[in-house]
Amino acid sequence: MLPRAEVDALLPLPLATFHILLALADGDRHGYAILREVERRTGGELKLSAGTLYRSIQRMQEDGLILERRERPAPELDDERRRYYQITPLGAAAARAEAARLHTLVRMARAKGLAPERA
Amino acid sequence: MRAYSALLRLLPASFRHEYADEMLALHARRRRDAQGPLASLALWAGAVLDVAACAARVHLDILRQDLRYVGRSLGRAKGFALTVVAVTALGVGATTAAFSVTDHVLLRPLPFPDAGRLVQLWQTQRDDGSMRVELSPANFRDWRSRSTSFEALGAFHRGGSANLVGDGPPERLSTATVTADVLALVGVRPLLGRPFAADDDREGAPGTLLLSYGLWQQRFGGESSVVGRKLLLDDVPYQVIGVMPRGFHFPRRETQVWLPMRFEAGDFERRDDLYLETVGRLRPGVSEDAALAELTLVTAQLEQQYPRENKGVGASVMRLRDQLSQQSRLLLLALFGAALGLLLIACTNLASLLLARAVERRRELAVRTALGAGRERLARQLMTESLLLAATGGVLGVALAFAALPLVVRLVPNALPIGEAPPVDLRVLAFAALMTLVTAIGFGLAPLLRGFGNETAAGLREGARAGAGRERLRSALVMAEVTLAVVLLVSSGLLIRALLRVQSIDPGFDPAGVVTLRTTLPMPKYRAPDARAGFYAAVLGEVRRLPGVTAAGYISHLPMVMTGGIWTIEAEGRPTQPGDPRTASLRYVTPGYFAALRIPIVAGRDVSESDTAGALQAAVVSQAFVDRYWPGENPIGRRFRFGLLGGEEIAAPRPFQDRTIVGVVGNVKVRGLERRSEPQVYLPNRQQPEDAMGWYTPQDLAVRHAGDASALVPALRRIVARVDATLAVADVRTLEAIVDTQTAPRRVQVRVLAGFAALAVLLAGVGIHGLVAFTVASRAREIGVRRALGARTSDIARLVLGQGARLAVAGVGLGLVVAYAAGQGLQALLAGVSPRDVSTFAAAAFVAGLTAFAGCLLPAWRAVRVDPARVMRVE
Repeated sequence: MLPRAEVDALLPLPLATFHILLALADGDRHGYAILREVERRTGGELKLSAGTLYRSIQRMQEDGLILERRERPAPELDDERRRYYQITPLGAAAARAEAARLHTLVRMARAKGLAPERA
Repeated sequence: MRAYSALLRLLPASFRHEYADEMLALHARRRRDAQGPLASLALWAGAVLDVAACAARVHLDILRQDLRYVGRSLGRAKGFALTVVAVTALGVGATTAAFSVTDHVLLRPLPFPDAGRLVQLWQTQRDDGSMRVELSPANFRDWRSRSTSFEALGAFHRGGSANLVGDGPPERLSTATVTADVLALVGVRPLLGRPFAADDDREGAPGTLLLSYGLWQQRFGGESSVVGRKLLLDDVPYQVIGVMPRGFHFPRRETQVWLPMRFEAGDFERRDDLYLETVGRLRPGVSEDAALAELTLVTAQLEQQYPRENKGVGASVMRLRDQLSQQSRLLLLALFGAALGLLLIACTNLASLLLARAVERRRELAVRTALGAGRERLARQLMTESLLLAATGGVLGVALAFAALPLVVRLVPNALPIGEAPPVDLRVLAFAALMTLVTAIGFGLAPLLRGFGNETAAGLREGARAGAGRERLRSALVMAEVTLAVVLLVSSGLLIRALLRVQSIDPGFDPAGVVTLRTTLPMPKYRAPDARAGFYAAVLGEVRRLPGVTAAGYISHLPMVMTGGIWTIEAEGRPTQPGDPRTASLRYVTPGYFAALRIPIVAGRDVSESDTAGALQAAVVSQAFVDRYWPGENPIGRRFRFGLLGGEEIAAPRPFQDRTIVGVVGNVKVRGLERRSEPQVYLPNRQQPEDAMGWYTPQDLAVRHAGDASALVPALRRIVARVDATLAVADVRTLEAIVDTQTAPRRVQVRVLAGFAALAVLLAGVGIHGLVAFTVASRAREIGVRRALGARTSDIARLVLGQGARLAVAGVGLGLVVAYAAGQGLQALLAGVSPRDVSTFAAAAFVAGLTAFAGCLLPAWRAVRVDPARVMRVE
């Protein structure tokens, strides 16, 4: 089990970080794939720029939320230049904690009639 | 793609190294997706903003990390950090202080609009081209009407003073008289009220005056109602028409009141009555040379018209900014040079310190390189460290420069119309910042260039010795320090000798134990000779009865306070040849003046109360006067008179009557310790005519006393107030203080330069110590081995001291050569001391050698105590 304090120190996650973690939750991806996934999932509303993406990736690597994966997919699918990123257990825990935090916020808003009832 | 690639260079190399390829690929895809020119424009704009913002954030992240890292590593090396900060502060402080004064005096434009077009005009004498003299009113009038190079020409007289009576205690004010155009052409308008108009200059117009900001604040409480008020100056009524703004110092810093300059018809009669200073504003586009060419034509015309009085008279045009003596200029440049030298030593020392630290940290850096830290990241960290240390030192240095201001303001000559204190503004701060940056780069870069790199493997090897190349570099740095220290030592030594020489010059009187003060007798109240004689008799009579007072007397102007008052002499039976100097300074004195100053009476007698208007017209002259006209003869009873240039007969008012010599006194340095003075003539005060020579009315009282001056002064004030309550007592000071003003600039200069030299020696000593100590530490094993093999203590000591001695000898030798060159440049400041003065050079070499020896002692002692067994065990 990861120490709770380590996860809490990372919260709240920056929006871009949270989205990148979500994009990596169901499998490893390279940078461009992360962008496309984020864009797809938000219906085109969030378009990460290259600078934001790689600065986030750098910090997430430093914080241990993601890893650069050593082994690559089958050579015929791989582009030399691409680097693949993988979510770490800490990254997954941080994403979960962030989701829980947001959930609590929504519940509180709903109690005051400020958010729609469950659809 | 190349453009985007260039854009990515904004990012730190470490980040670029990691992600640039990916970002490029991403951008390429986006470009393929972008349809149409608008979309690709938007893409580019977005990319620029995105990369710039990202770069800023990443740089900031790195800076934060580096600062944390540097803070930690400096925390472990507090001594190092403190040394670097202190040394930087000294270097930056010294250069900033010196720069602020140099800039203020030599570089900055004068505080007037378009000051580059302001010039001062002088008359010159063809036979003596270097001599610039004032203009006569007649020549001024003709220069002004016949020249076209100037928008305006104005005349002024800088040194006057007047008693202000009423509205509080009587006060002595410094005045300047100016023609109406002067303030307008200088370009400064009054803060309050109106400037002078042409009407104010008219003969017989009611008196008007302008107040200085300082006087307005201090005497009139800054009330605007002062405009229009009537004041009595020397018993003449004047109306205040305005107040000049703060920071307006023209023509002198001390000027408190401006009065209009008025000419009467008689003023234009004599062309050799030279007393007007002249300032002009060149028309736009007219150069000084063009103006001079035109004035040269004008003076040639005037010479033809007035061949007798204007014979050989030419013109000189100088920018107002450049009215500064060669000495003042040289003095400032020398100080600035010394400050730069000190900064250089500081940088050298710091570079040496950092080199040593880089060697100590070689293993740390090598380990970090091996762990994957990029060379660029390490370099950046080291640079952050240097900059952080330098910035701290720079801030402290500026504080030091502020603290030093009261000392350095005394280097600001008062010949220029500028304020006393150099302004500390962005310009000075920018200079300080630049010096700090220079320091940081100067000392931070050296270790970077040589500190690490391809030596990773070598650094990891335990006990690796510093590279020989680096040691050579450090040796060269330390040698340079010694060189600079010797140059500063010799320069300050020469200036100290010059100061001592000037101080030992005999002024011709004994300044110890004399209090002086000034009571200027206002006219017309004291126009009658009897009224004046009554005043002197009453004051001197009471003063001489005071306990402790041994002598007292009045004179027109004390020596060194007023250096002018020069007249031409014609000695009976001694026709002079053209070109012979035949001038003398003239003063009226009361009996007792010579005794008060202990000017020896060589022959004859003092002036006396019986030298009245009706009696023999007597004179006491100086020995030099006798030597010039009657060398080797008995001068008593000889006659002379005050002649005039050209020697024409004039309807003689009494000062020009024949004078008979009744006494001879010792020579006095009237013009100051370092200048040649004219022979002196003293006339009895009771023979001063009623209607002329008012400016020579005795006003300076000298009192010789035994005991406490502070108790004497109130008594003197009481006596003056009892005799005439309306009289201002001004300029109370000791005669010693007056003589001291002669050497004040020199003393400040010597103090500053000697301070610099002392710091330089200290830093050089520290530098030698650092280098030798480091060598001993890194050679401990070798020394241990030598001991084990039987080397004696003296061998080891010789080994260590030899290193220091070689550095010292090389540095001192080079230093003496450079100092010799520097001494040649300083010659004008040396008051006759030879720039090759052997004892000064020897003393400097000795001090530098001693410092080097002291620097080596501790490391030598350590080396001698190296325990071979212990050193071997470590292996």
